[in-house]
Amino acid sequence: MIDRIASLGRSGVDFIISFGHAGRFLAGVLSGVPRPATGFPLLMKQLYSVGVLSLAIIVVSGLFIGMVLGLQGYTILSDFGSEAAIGQMIALTLGRELGPVVTALLFAGRAGSALTAEIGLMKATEQLSSMEMMGVDPLRRVIAPRLWAGFIAMPVLAIIFSVVGIWGGMMVGVEWLGVFEGSYWGNMQASVDFWDDVINGVIKSVVFGFVCAWIAVYQGYDCVPTSAGISSATTKTVVYSSLAVLGLDFVLTALMFGNF
Amino acid sequence: MTQRTTDITVGLFMLAGLAALLFLALQVSGLSPKSAKSTYTIYADFNDTGGITPRGRVSMAGVTVGSIESISLNKETFQARVAMSIHGDVDNIPADSAAVIRTSGLLGEQYIDISIGGEMDSLKPGDTFYSTQSAMNIERLISNFASGK
Repeated sequence: MIDRIASLGRSGVDFIISFGHAGRFLAGVLSGVPRPATGFPLLMKQLYSVGVLSLAIIVVSGLFIGMVLGLQGYTILSDFGSEAAIGQMIALTLGRELGPVVTALLFAGRAGSALTAEIGLMKATEQLSSMEMMGVDPLRRVIAPRLWAGFIAMPVLAIIFSVVGIWGGMMVGVEWLGVFEGSYWGNMQASVDFWDDVINGVIKSVVFGFVCAWIAVYQGYDCVPTSAGISSATTKTVVYSSLAVLGLDFVLTALMFGNF
Repeated sequence: MTQRTTDITVGLFMLAGLAALLFLALQVSGLSPKSAKSTYTIYADFNDTGGITPRGRVSMAGVTVGSIESISLNKETFQARVAMSIHGDVDNIPADSAAVIRTSGLLGEQYIDISIGGEMDSLKPGDTFYSTQSAMNIERLISNFASGK
């Protein structure tokens, strides 16, 4: 009994300690002043692997989510004879919620897990320690470009996701189900506000990008350097990122659209 | 893959993001350079504003000519005071026009329609509509009908 309570307390303390480690790690990564000559090509390479290569899954999922929204929205709205409101429904759902959130979840699965596995394997094969031996700071050389790449790529991906989704919704709603194209765009423009809806969605995705990239690189850097350790770190990345994104989404939504 | 190709692809990726943001701004939220044009504010006092909200539409003969700026309560008359910003090029609204709250469709959003009067003088910035017509309240209509008034 006493042992159980003790282990409960220990896991609580461990949790707080790992939070502290993550914070110190983040401070270490961000405090290094980037040198443009060497840092920029490294960042480009990571932006390519984190951003450009994620584009395919983002575009395909965005298209299908937009099409599903169009189909579902039409079915429900046509009961009330207001299927013209389908445009604003799709644009608001995508811009405020689904764009940032689904992009972040896909990003955690597609790019976050890869970042963790890569850094974890670097640690397991002692590449990180040999860099330290050579006087190269792995935080600056390996971690920082990956963190920044995730941070920059996420909002871009989320915006592309929303646009593709809106286009997919138009394909289903206008081309297939016959909603008048003018009312699709007109209702959308009348109800979507650039600052309140679009920019708030972008702010959300910036926060999600930061959190996902942070969790991914920290889990990789902190993992137990064995094959089992890497696999559990990769799992943790996806689980923690998804939970953090969904939890933060609630907080951000309450702050942005809560009206209280 | 050489550094140059990586740079070009990443550049294209960022450009695609910018183009998408531009699309969201112009086509989806209808943010046009036109909205930065000059506007002027006129007021209307309603007994019941119904469901109109700030940023709502103000139209004239069905054409959008402005938007609702703010809605506040006038504590002296207990009426709602609605401030509307009207596009600067619509500067000849007759002074005896009326502001009417209408609903687009049965369940649609409510908006303010300016029904045009016949006077030669026109409303100036800061003026208040002389006559207004409040939101139609279906519940009140039904209860009036049921009680035979």
